[in-house]
Order: sequence, then C-alpha cells, then structure tokens
Amino acid sequence: MNESRKDIIQIVFILVGVIFLIKLFSIQVVNNRYAELADGNVIMRQVEYPFRGLIFDRNQKLIVYNTPEFDLDVISKDIRKFDSAKFCDVFEISRSELRTKFKEMKARKEYSPYKPTLFMDQLSNIDFARVQDHLDEFPGFYIQARTTRAYGSAALANALGYVSEINKDQLARDKSKVYKQGDYIGQSGIEAFYEEPLRGKRGVRFKLRDVKGIEKGSFNQGKYDTLSVPGKNLVTGIDITLQQYGEFLMKGKAGSIVAIEPSSGEILALVSGPSYDPTLLTGKNYSTNFKLINSDSLKPLFNRPLMAQYRPGSIFKIAQAMTALQEKVINPDTRIRCDRSVINCHGAHSNEDLRGAIANSCNPYFHNVLRRMLNKGIVNDPFEDTRIGLAEWNKHITSFGFGNRLGIDLPNEKGGLIPTPAYYDRAYQNRPWKFSNIYSLAIGEGENLVVPIQMANFAATIANRGYFYTPHLIKSIGDDGKPLPAYTERHYTSIDPQHFAVAVDAMQKVVEEGTGQYRARLEDVIVCGKTGTVENEPPLFDHSVFIAFAPRDNPKIAISVYVEDAGQGARAAASIASLMIEKYLFGQTKRPHIEQYVLNNKFE
Amino acid sequence: MNREEDISGKLDWVAVLLYIGMVAMGWLNIYASEYDESVQQTILDLSLNSGRQLIFIAASFIIILAIGVMDMRFYETFAYLFYGLILFVLILIPFIGKEVGGNKAWIGIGSFGVQPSEFAKFITAMAVAKFIGSVGFRMDNLRSQAILFGMIALPIGLIFLQRDFGTALVFTTFVIVFYREGMSPFLIVVGFCAAVIFVLTLLVNNHLYLYAGIAIVLGVVIYLGKKKIKRIVLLTLGAVIIAGVIESVDYVVHTVLPEHHQNRLKALINPDAYPLTWGWNVTQSKIAIGSGGFMGKGFLEGTQTKFDFVPEQSTDFIFCTIGEEHGWMGSLFVVAMFITLMLRVIFIAERQKGRFARVYGYGVAGIFFFHFAVNIGMTIGLFPVIGIPLPFFSYGGSALWGFTILLFVLLKLDAHRGQMLQRTG
Repeated sequence: MNESRKDIIQIVFILVGVIFLIKLFSIQVVNNRYAELADGNVIMRQVEYPFRGLIFDRNQKLIVYNTPEFDLDVISKDIRKFDSAKFCDVFEISRSELRTKFKEMKARKEYSPYKPTLFMDQLSNIDFARVQDHLDEFPGFYIQARTTRAYGSAALANALGYVSEINKDQLARDKSKVYKQGDYIGQSGIEAFYEEPLRGKRGVRFKLRDVKGIEKGSFNQGKYDTLSVPGKNLVTGIDITLQQYGEFLMKGKAGSIVAIEPSSGEILALVSGPSYDPTLLTGKNYSTNFKLINSDSLKPLFNRPLMAQYRPGSIFKIAQAMTALQEKVINPDTRIRCDRSVINCHGAHSNEDLRGAIANSCNPYFHNVLRRMLNKGIVNDPFEDTRIGLAEWNKHITSFGFGNRLGIDLPNEKGGLIPTPAYYDRAYQNRPWKFSNIYSLAIGEGENLVVPIQMANFAATIANRGYFYTPHLIKSIGDDGKPLPAYTERHYTSIDPQHFAVAVDAMQKVVEEGTGQYRARLEDVIVCGKTGTVENEPPLFDHSVFIAFAPRDNPKIAISVYVEDAGQGARAAASIASLMIEKYLFGQTKRPHIEQYVLNNKFE
Repeated sequence: MNREEDISGKLDWVAVLLYIGMVAMGWLNIYASEYDESVQQTILDLSLNSGRQLIFIAASFIIILAIGVMDMRFYETFAYLFYGLILFVLILIPFIGKEVGGNKAWIGIGSFGVQPSEFAKFITAMAVAKFIGSVGFRMDNLRSQAILFGMIALPIGLIFLQRDFGTALVFTTFVIVFYREGMSPFLIVVGFCAAVIFVLTLLVNNHLYLYAGIAIVLGVVIYLGKKKIKRIVLLTLGAVIIAGVIESVDYVVHTVLPEHHQNRLKALINPDAYPLTWGWNVTQSKIAIGSGGFMGKGFLEGTQTKFDFVPEQSTDFIFCTIGEEHGWMGSLFVVAMFITLMLRVIFIAERQKGRFARVYGYGVAGIFFFHFAVNIGMTIGLFPVIGIPLPFFSYGGSALWGFTILLFVLLKLDAHRGQMLQRTG
C-alpha cells in the first residue's frame, strides 16, 4: 500500500538536488558578483610611490631630498575585533580624535569599505617604529610607506616651493588622470614648475593575502604589476652658500636679492625676505604651519623676486641713457644743466655729461633726455608727437626684458609695466596727455613697474653688453647634465652694442666716485653698479635699490637688491649687493663693518 | 555455505564504488582546503587534516572488514542493546565530555576524540528498524507511533543537551522512514507548516501582521466551508494554536536557543546585515563557491580556500572547496554522486525481503539526505549554518566511521538478503 511513497521520497531527493544545482548555477555562473568579491578578498593593490627627484645646487650640494614617512591606510571591511582603547594607546591619539578620523575617512569621496582608504597620514619614522609591532593587532590597518621632502638648509624656501596633498580643484583640473585623492603634488616654486619630471611614475603591485591580511605572494605572477620609476633629479644654478648668505643679510627686512650669472642666465641666488623654513611645510604639521605662515602679515609666501612689482627708481636711468643714445637724441658727451626748478635733485653737481649724470644720478638730466626722446618734433601736434615718441621709447625699454614676463622657470611670475600710449589713453580716459603729464618715467618713477628679477636681468644685460639669457633656476634635468635648450638662446636688446660701453663706464663711476662709492666698492675687483631710491609714501622710508655686476670685464655675477622701506639705495641695497658679490667671487667677505651695518642698521 | 563465505559477489558494487569515490575526493579536497604553497607539506603530512584523514580512511577499511566477517543477524539481534548503550553514553557526555568548538559532544580517548552522537545515528536507525520490523507491528497503532517518536526524541533531547543542535536535528529525518512505512502524511504536512511559520516568525518582526494574516486565512476558510459550529470552533482552535506556536518560536529563538544559533538563524535570513560577524561564514562560503565559475579555478588554485576565508573549511564547509576549485561542473558531479547514492540506497532497501533491512535502508537514505541537504544548503545560503558534516567528504574520524558503518551494515544485510528470505520464510 505504501509502494508509491518510495517514488515520492525519490522525487523529493532529486528535487532538492536540482534546486541546489539551480542555485549553484545562479551564484557560480550567472552572477559575477561573487567572483569580484573573491578578488576583493584576496587581491591587495599596493601602490609603490616613486622617489621624488632630488634637487642639487650648482656645486652638487644637495638642497632637497626625501625622508621616509608612513601613512596608515584602512580597509574597513577587514577591521575585526577593533580595540579602540588599545588603538588610541598605540597611535597616541585621543578618543575624540579617533572618532574624527573615522568620520573623515567615511566622508572621503573615494571611500569604499573594500579599498584601502587613508586613515592617518604622515607618521614619522619614530611613530612607525612604535606602531609597527602592534600592527597585527589591528586587522584591516596597513602601513603605506612614502617619502616626504627634507631640506639641506632652511634657505630658498620660496623658490623651491612645497609639496602637499592634491586639492579638489587640482584633481578636477588634472586632465592626465595621473593623480588620485591623497596624492602629493608640487604646489609652488620648483616643485610645481618641474612637477612632471620630479614626480616619477607610480608603480602598482597586486598582492594576494589571506584572511588575516598576510601577504601570500603576487597575483598572477605579477603580470599586472608595474614598477615605480623614480623622479628625475634637478640641478639648479643656485649657489646654496651664496643663497644662505643672502638670506642671512636680509634677516628682518622685506625685499629681494636676485643674482644671475650673466654668461648663462643661471640664477645664483633668489632671496625673498621674509622667508620661512621649508621643513615647516612637510610632515603632519603641514596644515597648521601653512595657516600660520599664510596669515603672517609680512607675507613670507609672497615670492618677492618674481611677484613684487616696484617702481625701479634711478637704476632705470641707465635704460633711459641707452635708449637716448640709440635714438641719437644725445651723445655720451652731451652736457645738460642740473636745473632743479623742474625736478628735484641731490648732491653737488651742476653740468654733467652722460657718465657724470649717471654717476650722480642727476634727475634734471634725465628729465631733459626723456623730453628729447618723447618730443622729437616729428609732428607739430605736441600730443601726437609724445605718442610717437613714447611708442619708440617703449619698444627699446621692453627689449631689456621689462614690461613682460621673462619666462623664468617658476610659477606666478609677474611682468611689471612699461607704459604704452594705449595705456595712457586708458589712464586719461581719452583726455589728451603729453610729456608734462608723464615725465616721472624719466627717473624710474611714475607708472613704471618692474620686478626684481627683471632688475637683475637688466644688470646682466649690461654686463653682457647688450643681450641676456632668460634667467632660470634649473640647469639640467636628470643625469645627463645637458643644459635645457629653452635657456640657451640669447635675447638681444634693440640697442647697438657700442652704446653699452658708456653704461659700463658710468656704472663703474657710480661705484668709484658717484653715489655708490662708499659701500659698493671692492678692493680686488671692479664693480659696476647703480643706486636707486624709490619714493615711498611718507611716513615710510623710501625703498633702497641697487643693481650691479662684477668684474667689469668678463662679469661673473649680476645682481639686483631691493630693500623695502630702507631709505637710500646707496645704503642697505648697495651694501648687500657688494657683500653678495664679494662672497660669490672670493668665497668670503672681508668687510665686517659693512656686514654689521647691514645686519644692525634700522635704515631710518 | 558458499554464499556466506564469499559476499563479494553479492556486494553492491555501485554503492561501494560511489563510497570509494566520495572518500577519495573528500580526502583531496581536505588537502586543498588546507593547502599553503609557502609551506612544504604533502597530502600525507600528519600535521594536516588530510594526513590524519588518511588514517581515518584506513581505519574505515578495517571497520568494513569487521562488518564483513560479522554475522548479519548480529545487528538486528543487538539493536536494542546498542541503543541502550548509546543513550547511556549520551547521558554521560555532559559530565565526562570535553568541549570542542562550542559543542560538548566529544569523549576524549588519549589525544583522540570521538563523537558518540555520530554513532547514535546508525544505532537509532537499527533500533527503529528492529521495532518496525518486529512481529505484529502496526503503523496505524497510536501507541506504536508514540514509541517511534520516543525512540528518536530520546537521542534528540540528549544531543540537544550537548548543545549540538545540528546533530540533534538529524534524527528528525526518521520521519521519512515512518512515512515510507505507512505513517499518515498529515504529520509531515504539519511539520512543514510549522517550519514555514517558524521562518515567517523570524522574517516578520511585528507579529501583528502574522496574526492579521492568520485571521484572514481563518475567515476565508470558515466562509468557504460548511458553517457548522464544531468546524468553526476547531478551525479557530487551530488558529489560536498557530498563534501560540509563533509566540513560543519567538521565545525559543530569543531565550532558549544559544546565542550562536540565534545569530546563525538571523544571518540566514539576512546575511548582509552581519557580513563581518554572524553572516561571515555564509557570506564567505557563497563568495568562495560563487567565484568558482563554470569550470572552477583548478585543484589547489582556489584563493578563498587557500587563504582561509571560509572558516572550518575542511569539516563543515568542505563543499566550498569543491565549488571554488571545480566550479559548477564539480558541484554537479558531487550533487549527482549523492543523489545516485541515495537513490541506490533506496533501491537496495526496496529489494530487501525482510522489513528490518528495508526500514534500516530507509534510515540510511534519510540520514544521508538530511546531511546532504542541510550541509550543501547552508554553504550556498539556503539553510542556516548548522554544523553538520557532508558525508564522506568532511574531515573527521567519528563522522567518517559513523557513515561508513551506516552504509556497510546495509550492504552486508543486502549481500545476505537471500538468507533473510530463508529465515523469515
């Protein structure tokens, strides 16, 4: 009677088997999710950060290098039996900090419980040593080694720039798709300008791991792994000793020193005062320190040599002289009376020729010279005549590298301003203007704006008797030592070379018997220079300016010094310039009284 | 007599070959589940489960030989004695047993441990078979039914006390035997309904919904049928009993069941809610099997298996190794082997002339079926994680020996089925 029941039982057995096979088919063959989850379980993506390129000075001294640093990453799905008290103990953070870390982690855009996410960044070597032994007690947490920047000295901070985590805007703008959130990128200076050669190439390794997170060899025999390629080293033209000396002299002052090797355009020193210690912008205190530095009223992050646009003052008279000679409105022997009724002057002189006018920085002389240039009488209308003259004048002046960005290899360079007729049309809103409105240009005041690097480049142009190489920091990239082709081209001015002899003579005279004679002169070498005193708004003191090059023949160094609110150019600026020249040419300075004068004087 | 001296001719070689195949595959998969390429260990290494399993397999062959030489009447004769003995041992276990993996189900003999509950399975099968096979047994007798349920309730209760929930549940499989021998299917239907209600109770948090559902069903049934007072009262009583069951299930789940069983039940219903804790086993098990694809990753190539993502993989979760390394094809092969073996056992049972052998055969089939269904079901997320082994595959001496005895006693009886006819005839 129960014979049929054996069939029912057998059908039930087979049915269960079939249900299993259908379910198995669905999870094994139809659904790919499990295969992905399995890969997520065992495959660990290890990013190998390349070493960022090193930066050397012109004498192979190391300026910037790397020091190890460790990030703590977490794969949250791997966290098990998390002992928060122990964690706080080991990592030396408070409970509330831990909570914040978790919140921050989950707030990250790329956060996924299956992928490593940054949990704590920039543990130092010492932190790492302490934490290392306890790491296996916190499954799901991994140490990711990377490097941070370290510096041979505290010098050159603004030119070097700094490296920090890429921000959202940069990430959005990055078309190369090289960067990921949490990556580091050069934010300013050389680090930013040479980011591409410096950064190298990231490597990725796919590792297998077991349930405890222990590595179990490489995935697919490393078929998908890529090796990291270290960044290229950079050799700068900077003389780091000279740079340090410059920063030493600028202590407590605002301004800049730019020193250039005229024969190559290599920048020997690029001092921006006040500066900061670049080490402050590395490691885990980056953000606190950045806020501190960025909010300083003296703006240490403002790279003055490139970004500060000043009126040039009397150093501009040399450019005026060259232009006038080229325009043949004067010759070197032209004498002009020092008529102080139109424009003020200083010192005892009355009727100088061109060299003497430069040496004594005679204002009426150059007022007269500019009038001759701007009002040549080509047309009768004095307004139109000035327009024609100004356009001519502008062409010559800008050929010295003024008025436009020079193209130095640093970001955020400013171009300054050399007025054109169109500029004054705008400024006067199409009301007429003529020479009497704009004569302050003659002595480097008025609307002229020049950045310190252009002043130094100007000194180098005179040193070269008529041409310059684009000033640059980096001599060569990588190990081949080849100079960069972008910086081997000579830029000639629109002035005939023979006229520069006059400028050189005059500048020698400035140092030997003119305005710069006391502090700029050196015993063993002929220094050519020019002082400048730029008007400032009272009660502030005038800005002190000096440009120079030395030796007179076959010059090795051209320099500009600009010290804000420090009075006459013959004082602070001339002293600093000559000390820098002395230091560079002879390796040491023998004039402690000048050094003390620079360091101690308040220039009031 | 010749027939008694040489049983090899009568031995059911289909079942034997299936047995050998399963044990061998089990052994290889135990090795695969522990394989670590960074450590030089062979499959024979005694520090590995695979090495020890080989010893268990060797011991199984000795047991098979012993069964072969033992008189076939031995089992029926001493069935009640064995049953009494095993109950005694099960009673003792809470006092003398040692705890392994949350279950106090082991008796230590030196460094070895045996699990008496594994042996209780075939002994209970024999005792049930002897009772049903006894002269004058009638299934429609209420007293007989009560005795039968008592016979399986005793080991269930005792093993439950050892907190070995899974093994205890195995004994419910005898319902299949009772059904085959004529018990009304009403009980099975009731049991099935109870299971559905049980799962619903776990699924639905607010019991008001369940009560509303019961009330609606009750109303519909009353409305559709004859509207006699007696029928309505009976139906209402039934509904109240069901509601009571729901409440008691809730009570059992939340208070009586040990916490790890509670959580496993919850994880079955919603494994994603506990992916790192109670759902871990199921989640990882499904990942391992699911990542195997159609053809599998290859022997010793399963990453989830090698790197220990599935816990207890050489024992309860051995099917993950098969699923991952041999894919759907391997799973198909193993499932097919089990179905074949179970159908073969039923075929053997049905060709027995004596009732003892037939009932015992159904007991064997039922026990294999329960293990097969629950074990594979739990690895693919169709059942809660109940720690019972996959017969012949899972690592473990007691389990292997228990299943070996279970099968080979049947084969021994089968080989002598002609004599049985003589005896009874």
